[in-house]
Amino acid sequence: MSLDSSPAIAANRFGLGAKPGELGVIGTDARGWLEAQLRGPAPTLPATALRNSIDILSDAATIRKQLQSQRRAAAAGPAAGAGSTAGAASESSEVLALVTRLPQYYRPIYIAEVQARLRNAIVTERPWIERLVYFWSNHFAVSIDKLAVLGVAGSLEREAIRPHVLGNFRELLLAVEQHPAMLLYLDNQRSVGPNSQLAQRAARRERTLGLNENLAREILELHTLGVGTGYTQTDVTSFAKVLTGWSLGGGDGAGPMQAGATGQFLFRPQLHEPGAQTVFGRRYEQSDQAQGRAVLSDLALASPTARHIATKLARHFIADDPPPAAVARIAQAFERGGGDLPQVYRALIACREAWQTPLAKYKTPQDYVLSIYRGLQLPVADGPRSIAAFDVLGQRQFSPGSPAGWPDRSDDWDGASALMKRIEFADAVAQRMGGTRAVVELGPQLLGATYSDETRASLQRAATDGQALTLLLTAPEFMRR
Amino acid sequence: MMHRTHHVPLNRRSLLKLGLAAGGAALAARYSFAAPAASQSRFVFIIMRGALDGLSAVPPYADPDYARLRGELAIGTPSAADGALALDGYFGLNPGLAFLHEAYGAHELLVLPCVATGYRERSHFDGQDVLENGMTQPHAAQTGWLNRALTNLPSANRRGRESGVALAQNVPLVLRGSAEVASWSPSVLPDLDDDTMRRIADRYASDPLLARRLAEALATGSEQAEQAAQAPPASMASDAADGQAMKPVARSTAGRYTETVRTAAGFLRREDGPAVAVFDTTGWDTHFNEGGAQGQLRTRLSVLDQSLRTLKETLGDVWPRTVVLLATEFGRTAAANGTRGTDHGTASAAFLLGGAVAGGRVLADWPGLSARALYQQRDLKPTLDLRSVMKSVLHDHLQISAGVLEHDVFPDSSVAPYIAGLLRAHDA
Repeated sequence: MSLDSSPAIAANRFGLGAKPGELGVIGTDARGWLEAQLRGPAPTLPATALRNSIDILSDAATIRKQLQSQRRAAAAGPAAGAGSTAGAASESSEVLALVTRLPQYYRPIYIAEVQARLRNAIVTERPWIERLVYFWSNHFAVSIDKLAVLGVAGSLEREAIRPHVLGNFRELLLAVEQHPAMLLYLDNQRSVGPNSQLAQRAARRERTLGLNENLAREILELHTLGVGTGYTQTDVTSFAKVLTGWSLGGGDGAGPMQAGATGQFLFRPQLHEPGAQTVFGRRYEQSDQAQGRAVLSDLALASPTARHIATKLARHFIADDPPPAAVARIAQAFERGGGDLPQVYRALIACREAWQTPLAKYKTPQDYVLSIYRGLQLPVADGPRSIAAFDVLGQRQFSPGSPAGWPDRSDDWDGASALMKRIEFADAVAQRMGGTRAVVELGPQLLGATYSDETRASLQRAATDGQALTLLLTAPEFMRR
Repeated sequence: MMHRTHHVPLNRRSLLKLGLAAGGAALAARYSFAAPAASQSRFVFIIMRGALDGLSAVPPYADPDYARLRGELAIGTPSAADGALALDGYFGLNPGLAFLHEAYGAHELLVLPCVATGYRERSHFDGQDVLENGMTQPHAAQTGWLNRALTNLPSANRRGRESGVALAQNVPLVLRGSAEVASWSPSVLPDLDDDTMRRIADRYASDPLLARRLAEALATGSEQAEQAAQAPPASMASDAADGQAMKPVARSTAGRYTETVRTAAGFLRREDGPAVAVFDTTGWDTHFNEGGAQGQLRTRLSVLDQSLRTLKETLGDVWPRTVVLLATEFGRTAAANGTRGTDHGTASAAFLLGGAVAGGRVLADWPGLSARALYQQRDLKPTLDLRSVMKSVLHDHLQISAGVLEHDVFPDSSVAPYIAGLLRAHDA
């Protein structure tokens, strides 16, 4: 075992937790190992059974239409029905069946997505890129507590994030903001310009259609500039107007909302607010989708965006309160490279602060689960129970509960009850695995030079292999990265 | 923690405490389960994350601009079908809030239709930060106002080692700080044997954070909470690692809230339990299809309302000494948006509930909803600072001194003075 902790840091802080043998592969050039992962095309998820969002949403639309026509029939039904209590009861159970059909349709899709992601995490040879995918997925968070997102949260990551993880931030941003999962999650598909054709037509029938500013606000606050960087409510409203018409094809309404291929991004000119808009000090004269693309392009390269992204990366890879000098260097690389992400990542791994011990980052439940699955090469069976560890430890996948994504500080994850669950989980795993592994040898394999003498001593004194494994998986240095 | 599925010779937590702490006798004494100390004050803070639409929770149906601004989201007068539940002739309650309406009738609910913190931007996350840190700016403190109050909790209201409990895996900001607090969430995982747990505790002795958290977790081994909560089936020891792993904790929001309030009540009733409990509710960010007298928001309010009924029932004889504060980070736009919902706004509604509340009243300096009266021409204008309400509860109910409140708990809050008379007078 080397006294150099950089291989363990590369595998555990930048990667997803060492798998057996990985520290040997890394050798003495930890930075080189990370650097090599940045080369070549962005890795895809090796799971051909996963469907694309268009297919998923098309089938969902079909189900929704069936539900609507059945509901209409049910509404017209009572006159034709017997009117007996038995009839009413079967009717209500029918209604219940209808209501549960969409979740029943989405749920297996969600499970398959999470399983594919977990299986890939266990074996991937480019775990640093995988962690970056998760970082961006969390930066552009959607949450499955909104039913419309349950089926497409995974495809947002596969279709919009993975292809651009080694590309340019601007392209990444444009792909995400046009993805159906994001448009649905932040309610933009039906946001209507107050002076648009559609709003005016509605007004003649005394119906009011108008803006929904959710997506515009969260792009400014969360995806690009960051909160408190000087944009105003007027900027939010103007940007919301810019984004009117950014919608999805094949709506369930009548008339113009039906246009387009179901589940696919569609710019709907009838919804778009006419005229120029001023956002964050710049005036945009474009009359169509180009207006939104122009605003997003400018936001992507704005200095506050560079600082915002650099701060989040540094918080994720260096410390909860990252050193300002490191943030500045990463932000500089972002601006100098015009949002070219590999340059940003290189600036990050060039930061001396990112390679220091003691380990500064407390693992999230996701980190913790992945590092155990990867470190022990645990199998992932089919069926929903195989992904339940995330739920039980407090980080059900794709469910941060808000567009801000999961928090990334120790305080947010180091609760007493959460710690007890980790310990219980580790022990449950160890009880199952204990007798089958030379646990004392596993410590240095997973933790390298960060494996402490205290933990080594506690493992050597353990009464059983199972207990030794519990002690390894609950060791302070295994709780952190 | 929940029921254990296999038996260990001794309760692991009591055993562990014997090992972890110096004096076993003192610990044994702490674990006597006497009748709840009904004379002492209890406080429950329920955070409604996501920005509750106060104008729908507490509809000002008599305001001349309300129906026009709200359109199909407007809730009708009490005489209308599915109308507001009548309060004082001007304001009503959302028809989903049947229990709160009963509590109002029983003088146990104080309705605050027009409140806000000092935060005036519209970011959920910064807004929640200010709601919890008790400061004037987001991220101005790493501790929460309630924890800072608990560090100064008079011994008369202190029963156990931990003065607060978060019904969550991790402690929310409002309860973070130097006062010891517990956290609790249901577990479907089996307990460890005592020997392994003792070895982990030994290993953590040199790690201050983990040592403290483990001690807190072990101290929270609450038999009463375990009995109070519904125990999900819990066998996963045998198959955790082979992919057959755990049952997903898939429960309805209603089931989760019920379990949470029952557990909270279990803690608060304990002789050596905390004085304060905090938990979150979510789903209030109603940008789209919010609904009015029927629909999404009403359903959520109704689920919360039912869990508050359960809280009262489970607290039993402790209820007369209980105050519950329900508050959100900010309100929503006065007018409906273009997608049958509402966007981020400013003032919202809050509620003080409980046997110790001088209720049956609506406390409002109502600014109105006319174009001139709105904040930035779009939101309900706040006329009461939430910190005033918090100060009053902390002072009158938990006996936190004025000096501590002004200097430590809510610095720079002279704009939010203490207000008297929110709670019933009692002989504390």
